[in-house]
Amino acid sequence: MNLTLAFFGGVDPWIFTFSFITVAVTLWMGFRSAKTSKTASDFFVAGRSVSVGWNASAISGEYLSAASFMGVAGMVMSSGYDALWYPVCYACGYLFLLLFIAGPLRRFGAYTIPDFAEGRFDSPMFRKIAVCFVLFIGFFYTMPQMKGAGVTLAYIFPGLPYWVGVVLVGAVITLNVALGGMKGITLVQAVQYWIKLFAITVPVFVLMAVVGFYNGQIGANLALGETAPAATAAPASGHPSAGIERKPLVAKAPVDTAWIAPFGPLTTKAVNAAAAALPAEQRAPFLAEHQKPYSLVYTYSLIIALVCGTAGLPHILVRFYTNPDGVAAKKTTMWVMILIGVFYVFPPVFGVIGRNLMPELYSGVGAKGTDKVVLELPTLISAKYGVVGSILSGITCAGAFAAFMSTFSGLLVSMTGALAHDVYGRMLRPKSSSAERMVAFKISAILIGGVAVTLGCFVEPLEINFMVGQAFAIAAASYFPLLFMSVWWRGMTMKGAATGMLTGGLCALGAAALTNLGTLALDKGPMGKIFASFAPLNNFWAEHPLLRILCEQPAIWSVPLAITLMIVVSKATSSQVPADIRMKMLVLHAPEKLGLKQEYIQDHQAGAGH
Amino acid sequence: MSSPTPNHDDVVHSEPFLRSLMRRQLALSIACAATFLVALLGLPLLNYFAPAFMATRVAGFTLSWLILGVLFFPFVWIISYVFIKRSLRLEEAEVQQLRR
Repeated sequence: MNLTLAFFGGVDPWIFTFSFITVAVTLWMGFRSAKTSKTASDFFVAGRSVSVGWNASAISGEYLSAASFMGVAGMVMSSGYDALWYPVCYACGYLFLLLFIAGPLRRFGAYTIPDFAEGRFDSPMFRKIAVCFVLFIGFFYTMPQMKGAGVTLAYIFPGLPYWVGVVLVGAVITLNVALGGMKGITLVQAVQYWIKLFAITVPVFVLMAVVGFYNGQIGANLALGETAPAATAAPASGHPSAGIERKPLVAKAPVDTAWIAPFGPLTTKAVNAAAAALPAEQRAPFLAEHQKPYSLVYTYSLIIALVCGTAGLPHILVRFYTNPDGVAAKKTTMWVMILIGVFYVFPPVFGVIGRNLMPELYSGVGAKGTDKVVLELPTLISAKYGVVGSILSGITCAGAFAAFMSTFSGLLVSMTGALAHDVYGRMLRPKSSSAERMVAFKISAILIGGVAVTLGCFVEPLEINFMVGQAFAIAAASYFPLLFMSVWWRGMTMKGAATGMLTGGLCALGAAALTNLGTLALDKGPMGKIFASFAPLNNFWAEHPLLRILCEQPAIWSVPLAITLMIVVSKATSSQVPADIRMKMLVLHAPEKLGLKQEYIQDHQAGAGH
Repeated sequence: MSSPTPNHDDVVHSEPFLRSLMRRQLALSIACAATFLVALLGLPLLNYFAPAFMATRVAGFTLSWLILGVLFFPFVWIISYVFIKRSLRLEEAEVQQLRR
């Protein structure tokens, strides 16, 4: 009993209450909607009956992950301008999805992306390859969500080990998904979008009203060619940065001019590391020659990864099958862009204010560093307004909970769908009944949830937003080329598609793994010991900064590589283009009103007719 | 997958129809994508070649920060709105054309 008291001693009651309510509401909604999920179609594609408004909210809720909610703010705070590419490209990537993929993909009428892969090329073999990539990308994307869970729970309950949060949140979501499937989580995710928007906007506006607005906070940082005003001369009262107070920066924080300008600490890290390894007199000329060109390469590669990656994330793509038709799919995408765009304006504000008012976070690493600025910042106004600070902090914690819970549930549904529908229902036991498939769905959910939790325990030293970026890079080099090319080019063959997707995806995966091994080897905690043998990798990169950049951000070469391979191999095997390709293309592109619509997967086939 | 209407001789299943269908939609998509890409890929170039200009202060923001952190979102909404409008009109026209 004493132990429990001691455990709850350091817990802020407001933060605990708000977080608890979010978890309880999630579970309650999950249980409630589980009762209405009855058929296999309900479990896999929510009965294909989700309206535009609900689906747009649900996709946004699923998409805005721990990386968006906590990671973007933390990264803007630690890296400045360059980190802005993340929120912008996270949101703008949907444009590619809208322009090239959303409508046709929905018209094809599959359950999962592997379904599409098989149906488009008449190749069961290709389904297997596609399933592997659903799982790869899914697990890469799950790890940062798990870290978000661990960090947030450790923040709410000081002293709680990181892994407890991971296990707890993993268990709750797994239960939810196993009970309700896709239909169950659609409602939950839609509500969670609005929780997140509320949880980020309310604290931002209250904070800005107290400490000064976005533009003023940025104005307090010196840009190129500006000089610090004399300490006595405050800015004129009309100036936006008038009345902005700053705390002195700590030693680890980047200086103003590097932080506010493009090509700052994030994109120049590899070059700077290389320069540090050189003799002192060679450093300045080396930096002058290589720093900016290399960071331009980094920036472009990051943009390609994020924009193409968004259009190739399986757990997002699978949601488009829950729309009733292609027109609804297009409309949904537009609303998603508006909903997430509105959201993404705000996390950078936290980063900017955090830099000015909480510079001590720069000294922390991992869970205690800039990643927690969103959770910590609202407590600033506690001194002035007492309990209001705690309430706001409670609201942002609730938002963080909603963030990693909804994204993890979406990932779990898409991976479970791949396992239960593609592996069990199509490969292992094609003749299984609808009821058996639903049991398979539940077992798969528990299995994948377990693996995700285990992986999540290992990634504490890695930055949340960075890990998500890697998942995007893998998706950008595998699914995006596959979908883009097979929707618009009828000359694609299975061999071409498979070669391009495998090569691009595996290259990106390998590059991401190499980068992570190097980072883990540098960790000061237990992970550093496990991965210590990879430390020489970092010396190699110090000598070859460009290779390091191309490894950290592989999209600039892996996406063109994948597309080129698809074209070359398809041309070489052009005799193997599916015979009824014209019909397939017609189904992909013809408006529904022409009456050509035919679902690739039909419910009565599975023996579960309405 | 088999065709829902096995008659492959009508206009819907003809090669020219599919060709024009795909071409018109793709042309629209590419036009919208090009507008977007010019802005997206042009911004790093501006940052690279005109750093002093991009550091100009606009109401406290630097010009570059204002464009990327705030103005980019509405810009993309406009493109997507225009695309949806035109794309749905194209589909309507295709249906009309066949019914005539």
